Amino acid sequence: MQGLAIPLNHVLILAALLFATGLIGLMIRRNVIFILMALEVMLNAAALAFVAAGTAWQQADGQVIFMLILAVAAAEVSVGLGLVLQIQRRFKTLDMDQAQRLRD
Amino acid sequence: MELVLFYIAGAVALFATVFALTRTNAAHALIYLIVSLLAVAVIFFLLGAPFAAALEIVIYAGAIMVLFVFVIMMLNLGEEGEQRERQRLNPAVWIVPALLSAILLAEMIFIINSSTTPTTGALITAKQVGLELFGPYVLAVEIASMLLLAGLVGAYHVGRRFRLKEQDPTDVTPTGGNS
Repeated sequence: MQGLAIPLNHVLILAALLFATGLIGLMIRRNVIFILMALEVMLNAAALAFVAAGTAWQQADGQVIFMLILAVAAAEVSVGLGLVLQIQRRFKTLDMDQAQRLRD
Repeated sequence: MELVLFYIAGAVALFATVFALTRTNAAHALIYLIVSLLAVAVIFFLLGAPFAAALEIVIYAGAIMVLFVFVIMMLNLGEEGEQRERQRLNPAVWIVPALLSAILLAEMIFIINSSTTPTTGALITAKQVGLELFGPYVLAVEIASMLLLAGLVGAYHVGRRFRLKEQDPTDVTPTGGNS
């Protein structure tokens, strides 16, 4: 890990903690907006791990993958928020337990 | 020195994320989530990835969070939204995110004032990223553009209003292209 003053394993630990926070949030929350936020947190943690690894090996690849993750996050959140509006219109609630059947 | 800055920013990111995912009000959670993204942007900068840090702020904390804000605005309508707006001016709501972002601001002022920029030795510039992106990764760029197009079409289709049938209010059919 030449040239990296911050230890790579500490950055990876932080990324893992952020990812675990997002995963726990995904599992414990039932509001669909919070589920989407937890997904964003998890994607962001993965991006942090990529950028840290890219810097550790002094390659630009990590940041390239970061930009691809950004594109994935943007596409995911636009479709997801469209679904949120549709769920609110149809079920009059944002509770995912009420909307489990996808149709009724 | 950058080690201390990294630990502070990491702690801010972690606390803001935990707060964001444990709020009951979606708008409050959004404030914490934005602080978390700003902290991760500071970490990117400290890691020697200033381009990624700028993109994190512009696209994540800017564009994607604005989408969330618009949807939350569309969802809470009417008089309770106004009451919630009044409640949002209550200092108990914004004081913790303000403190967390003040920590990040102090870090940024420190970074600007220090003579040597406290990033790591390996600085990866936007030029390197661009050369890599449109060199070996050009196929991935094309695939990402198709993914964004699919996201655009999908969001348009899914977000469209559906008309309920008169005889059976639970049966929902799309109305074709003219709705």
